[in-house]
Amino acid sequence: MQSNVQQFPPFREVPPTHAHHDHGHGEHHEPGFWQKYIFSTDHKVIGIQYGFMALCFMLFGFFLMLLMRWQIAHPGVPVPVFGPLLEKILGQPAAHGAISPDLYNSFGAMHGTIMVFLGVVPLAFAAFGNYVVPLMIGAPDMTFPRINMASFHAFFLGGVVMLVSFFIPGGAAQAGWTSYSPLATTIPTHGQAFWLVGMVLLITSSLLGAVNFIATIVQLRAPGMTWMRLPWFVWAQFVTAFILLLAFPPLEAAGVLQLMDNVVGTSFFLPTGLAVGGAVGQASGGGSPLLWQHLFWFLGHPEVYVLILPAMGIVAEVIANNTRKPLWGYKSLVYSALFVGFLSFIVWAHHMYMTGMGQKIATFFQATTMIISIPSVIILTCMFLSLWGGSIRINTPMLFALGFLPMFGIGGLTGLPLGLAAADLYLHDTYYVIAHFHYVVAPGTIFALFAGVYFWFPKMTGRKMNEFWGRVHFWCSFTFMNIVFMPMFAQGIKGMLRRMSDGAVNYSATRVPNAIDALPGTVMQLNGFILWAAIGLGIAQIPFIINLFWSISHGEKVNSDNPWRATTLDWQTPTPPPHGNFSHTPVVVRGPYEYSAPGHAEDFTPQDEPVDGAAPATTAHH
Amino acid sequence: MEIPYTTEHRPDTGLYNAKLGVWLFLASEVMLFGGLFSAYVLLRVGAEPGMWPHGWLNVTLGSINTLLLALSAITTLLAWAACKVRDFGKFKIFHACTMILAIAFLGIKSYEYRDKFLHYEIALNNGTFADGHLVEKSADFDLANKTGAVTLHGHIVEDRKELMDLRSPEAQKAEHKELVIPAADIKKMQNYGPWHNTFTAIYFTMSGLHALHILGGTLVIFYLWGPGSRMYKTDPERFTNRIEVSGLFWHFVDLVWIFLFPVMYLT
Amino acid sequence: MSESEKPVSLKDTIRLCALVFAAVVCATGLMIYTSFLPHYGWTAKVSIILAIATVNAFLVAGYLMHLLSEKKLVYTVLGFTVFFVIGLAGLTICATNGFPPGTVSH
Repeated sequence: MQSNVQQFPPFREVPPTHAHHDHGHGEHHEPGFWQKYIFSTDHKVIGIQYGFMALCFMLFGFFLMLLMRWQIAHPGVPVPVFGPLLEKILGQPAAHGAISPDLYNSFGAMHGTIMVFLGVVPLAFAAFGNYVVPLMIGAPDMTFPRINMASFHAFFLGGVVMLVSFFIPGGAAQAGWTSYSPLATTIPTHGQAFWLVGMVLLITSSLLGAVNFIATIVQLRAPGMTWMRLPWFVWAQFVTAFILLLAFPPLEAAGVLQLMDNVVGTSFFLPTGLAVGGAVGQASGGGSPLLWQHLFWFLGHPEVYVLILPAMGIVAEVIANNTRKPLWGYKSLVYSALFVGFLSFIVWAHHMYMTGMGQKIATFFQATTMIISIPSVIILTCMFLSLWGGSIRINTPMLFALGFLPMFGIGGLTGLPLGLAAADLYLHDTYYVIAHFHYVVAPGTIFALFAGVYFWFPKMTGRKMNEFWGRVHFWCSFTFMNIVFMPMFAQGIKGMLRRMSDGAVNYSATRVPNAIDALPGTVMQLNGFILWAAIGLGIAQIPFIINLFWSISHGEKVNSDNPWRATTLDWQTPTPPPHGNFSHTPVVVRGPYEYSAPGHAEDFTPQDEPVDGAAPATTAHH
Repeated sequence: MEIPYTTEHRPDTGLYNAKLGVWLFLASEVMLFGGLFSAYVLLRVGAEPGMWPHGWLNVTLGSINTLLLALSAITTLLAWAACKVRDFGKFKIFHACTMILAIAFLGIKSYEYRDKFLHYEIALNNGTFADGHLVEKSADFDLANKTGAVTLHGHIVEDRKELMDLRSPEAQKAEHKELVIPAADIKKMQNYGPWHNTFTAIYFTMSGLHALHILGGTLVIFYLWGPGSRMYKTDPERFTNRIEVSGLFWHFVDLVWIFLFPVMYLT
Repeated sequence: MSESEKPVSLKDTIRLCALVFAAVVCATGLMIYTSFLPHYGWTAKVSIILAIATVNAFLVAGYLMHLLSEKKLVYTVLGFTVFFVIGLAGLTICATNGFPPGTVSH
């Protein structure tokens, strides 16, 4: 980096390739491959490691889902194309290339686990958080770079343990991603023990990451970067880190207890007199199955906000940048995020109305559940209002961000009936629930993550991803996502239960014509419809995958460090940022979203651009 | 590249990085043990009436361990204070004491575990229960083939409930002697391992997890005392901070024991 | 302990430690004594013993961990943590005890 660049002009005409070679201060020897890519302590490399792994896991989890959708639409029919391969790899459970009920169960459990703990959380929190947060707050790195590396390695190891569990005798965990006891202890496979060990590793990884994120945001903010000048993305990550820090350990405790149940033979979650396969088991009994559910959902519900808050943060950044005006209601957004984080700890038992808990305590959880929807709605409303009157730049990141808003809206609003005990008793464990939370996470969070990938790709590589294929990716994904998930609301309301390996054939009118409320043929036909939409969704990801890899070397080169003309500090670094990030410590003099400020030549004013002439007085920000 | 505030305090928070980091980590530890203590309460409250054990653990050994840990907490603080006043020799002595105390704690703990693993409850075919410590198993002892015999030092009770409260006057009066039990009389034989009942399960799990923390803490202290202490010569302030941070963890482990001891041994 | 506060003296620390240790020993002794009292039910005993244990914990956390003179940020973090632990334990116990009569058997 040229040493004479002391202020950051809007366009720094530095070819990114040169920037890569020139800034070598402090890095006199070129580290080898292992040092650079595997045992790196640089937050940007770790962020990319997380991102790459998480995208791979998401693809794998998606593939498991495709196999399950085939089984649901055509129960017992061999899987075309992949069937023989499955039989070769997994043997008996996939005999003749068809998916056995046990295999279906383990695919279901692992799809959930992989998508949540190995896909979305690592991508939304660890990958984007690692790459972007230190840049946004003007820090040279995370506070504890080596702990950061250890966090990634724990994550990697956890992923390996999860994958290995597919190949042990009996196969992977089969008790759903929620692993309810006593089911999780009585299924005769060691997959559950692998699952628990994997989870403990993943939890360790998240805890180390959370400590690091909080310490970084508290301690390493650049001079002038006051709390109310933090980009909202950083706030979202901050709250997420606190949720992970305080909600994960009880699940770790529960995981240890269930591991004791499974491996040592204790009875923490096994009630007295538990009979398995018609015979009373050897366990001493006296345990409480509900205890597992409480400890699980004490993490499980805050986890929802771990999935959604970073996504909202990405959307906020993309929207502010592409509407070219300040984010509407910055303070409301900040306080809403904090309130969501706080309240998310005391809503968990709304997942457990079906356990028959008393009305008083159910009422308490209904009340907190309804209250927590308020800040979520405030956040969404602020983002919608931010669009008002803006001269919106439509590009791929913005398309995904705009797609997020209604999709998350549908997901959130359909959650309200599930938060009320009376409605939940009917809808519990049906496809309605599946549709609800997938609308939050799939077209919601994952769209936001795509937006983030397209948005920060130029900072990571110095090239843009292809715009045309980006749009193809968006419109196809948007269409197929909705075709996949919208019919599930109807199926669920008609009473189709989730987690059934035969796609509910045994409850259909063709099989039991005289049964009251048997599922009519129209509902059953939707299964086939969803399968083809899911395959379409899979095909729609191909342009993205090719685009991602192709653009690293062949994408359109950006002609500045700040191609989106953004205000936040992450764009005021060389491209890609060197080890240590900034060529000098940035001094922040204004809020994060100074777009189209009157009296400026450009329609954006970076946070660290010195105030003209006078001493750095604080610019008014809302 | 230098990361700011590794040794000096950030003005607005008054903390250096590692100190904030360790407090955050301890917060997560509080949640971890909070979850386990919640589980303990729930299991105890939900136990069948009269089936929660009292007085199963050796109070003398537990008390000694409590004092050992309290003492080690104090030597840890003194080790930090010695670093703070730049008295490296005293630091070495104090932290050597810490490690010796920690190892003594673990030794006593494993002796207690061994005692539980040698303690058997045997359901007999005539409906009574023999309970006591294993003296010996005959060479041909085989439960499946009903050959041989096992010798316990203990007593025989009519009802399992009599084994629950060892503090009760009846249990205190019970006469313990050597019992020779033929395998043919045995319906079920089980030692007091974690699988025995909910109490031993939570006792082994929580004290085991605590012992793992002790082990981890000891390893960290050993590193800082041995190879890691080279930093004292190059950057004494940062080294002192490391001692403080590891000390905070150590004190937290002591804190967990302060609650574990009464909850497991005394009530 | 930050530099802004008074410098550490080894002698004072030893005196403080001796006091804390004496107090911890007394409290532990009292706990053990209470647990062997023949009268009272277990409920009363457990309450008293846990109260003493809390005093013990206060001594260790307050003096040995310097929590009595810690920074506001640490208090905030721990405050939230303690609140959530209480929420976890309290609500779980409320929920498991709040079943309608006759629906749970122990």
